[in-house]
Amino acid sequence: MLADIAAVAGKDLRIEWRSRVTASQVIPFAALVLVLFGFALDANRPVLERATPGLFWMTVLFVTNLAVQRSTSIETSDGARRALLLAGIEPVAVFVGKALAVAVELLAVEIVLVGGVLVFYGAEIDDWGLLVLTCVVATMAVAAAGTLLGALVAGIRARETVLPILLLPVLAPVLISATRAFDDALGSVAVQGWAWLGLLAGFGVLNSGLGALAYGVLLEET
Amino acid sequence: MTTQVAAQDRGDGDPTRAHTGSRATRGLGLVVLAGLVALVLLAFFAAPPDDEQGDAVRLIFIHVPSAILTYVAFFTTAAGSAMWLWKRSSWWDITAHAAAEIGVMFCALTLFTGSIWGRPTWNTYWDWGDVRLVTTLILFLLMVGYLVVRSSGGDDPAVSTRAAIVGLLAAINIPIVNRSVEWWFDRTLHQKASLTDGKLEDLTLFTLVFGLVVGLLFFVWAMIHRFRVGWLEHQARAEDLDEALEARRSEAAAAGSSASGGEA
Amino acid sequence: MTHLGYLLVGWGVWLAALALYGFRVVARGRRLSTRVPADRQRWMTTRDRP
Repeated sequence: MLADIAAVAGKDLRIEWRSRVTASQVIPFAALVLVLFGFALDANRPVLERATPGLFWMTVLFVTNLAVQRSTSIETSDGARRALLLAGIEPVAVFVGKALAVAVELLAVEIVLVGGVLVFYGAEIDDWGLLVLTCVVATMAVAAAGTLLGALVAGIRARETVLPILLLPVLAPVLISATRAFDDALGSVAVQGWAWLGLLAGFGVLNSGLGALAYGVLLEET
Repeated sequence: MTTQVAAQDRGDGDPTRAHTGSRATRGLGLVVLAGLVALVLLAFFAAPPDDEQGDAVRLIFIHVPSAILTYVAFFTTAAGSAMWLWKRSSWWDITAHAAAEIGVMFCALTLFTGSIWGRPTWNTYWDWGDVRLVTTLILFLLMVGYLVVRSSGGDDPAVSTRAAIVGLLAAINIPIVNRSVEWWFDRTLHQKASLTDGKLEDLTLFTLVFGLVVGLLFFVWAMIHRFRVGWLEHQARAEDLDEALEARRSEAAAAGSSASGGEA
Repeated sequence: MTHLGYLLVGWGVWLAALALYGFRVVARGRRLSTRVPADRQRWMTTRDRP
């Protein structure tokens, strides 16, 4: 089981690494979104500082859409899904493996984004522990929901447009609690960041559980 | 015998079959119409204005039934989705789709009437701090996504399975999100127990319950019609498929004169 | 009556939405039922099922 998970995650990450798409397109895209938010808010420092947590996580959601899109297209071309099933790998292992691969990519992007908000938005970090944990937990929740919905839209012709319509509302609770936790970690608003982190962990468990349950049905039937 | 009947009133031949109504739905429809007229009269002329909200309370008579019907509809969708995944029954699949469509309408009406009521009462159309507002909006967006998945093509069982998972996802997610945020942070503007704390006037309470009953009857009427539309769509696709198969078979029969033609 | 504007807009939209949806569903049913032969019209009515 663990070996299968590692194999699936390793495969996706190797493909990503060799194609260099994350490094050469996704990360520049994320940086671009961050800069454009700066333009849109007219380089108004107080507003920007107040909005930093929300802008950070909005950017992560946009990137998630791209990452899931790519993770899904690996599997839809050349009947790779069929092949995975024929290889005798448990659907749960496929789900966990693919979600892990997406999570690793997202974490790489988030590291760059944290640097971006420090430089461009003048953010200051009050609580490193909360910041790092929020990133890890929220990324887990986002990757799990993204992987499930990626498989869900895989057979749809217009999947590029259907995916965000489903993904963004599902991730809205994650966006809300991750933003609140960041509010505390960056000291921009006084809220109970650790309590929001706990809630975020709940959503992470919920998304992962539902994903693990439903993924097999989708893999086998659609 | 059935084939004879079928040949007779195929298509528009028999006027009793050219619509989704029946004696029961016509009767129900009339009751709903009468109920709506009575509801307007009750809400605007019989029920007294509220001590705090004034006449804005008259919007509650449609807002609360809409909200309850949204829950009823999406619960039906969730049940139908689960039954589709479990039993593969088209009946449940079509029921889930019908309920989702009606539920999205009621959900939109809940949000709309709520904000129209919120403006004079809370002095704002929308409040981002209120958990129930925000989760209802997320639910609405998710169920719009459900309809998008449904319309993404075909009567393929795969479409039903995809939609069923979205329906269950919404039904499981939303209550958990709503409850957890409300428990952990106690963030709501909503009148918590204004229905049950016994402060309402008798006639206000009666109108509210009456509105719910009329709404439920409309829901049943719409569900019957929408279910039949779904069933007809299902059958129309099956018919098209059969015709296409038939055409291919006769083509094959005409082309290959010897071996393959006979089996059809 | 206070807030009459809000009341009229709220109730007007609510009633209009219900009416529009009702008409649309019935119209879709009429359009589709001419396309589907009678032997496939199960569930359509309880009255004259053989």
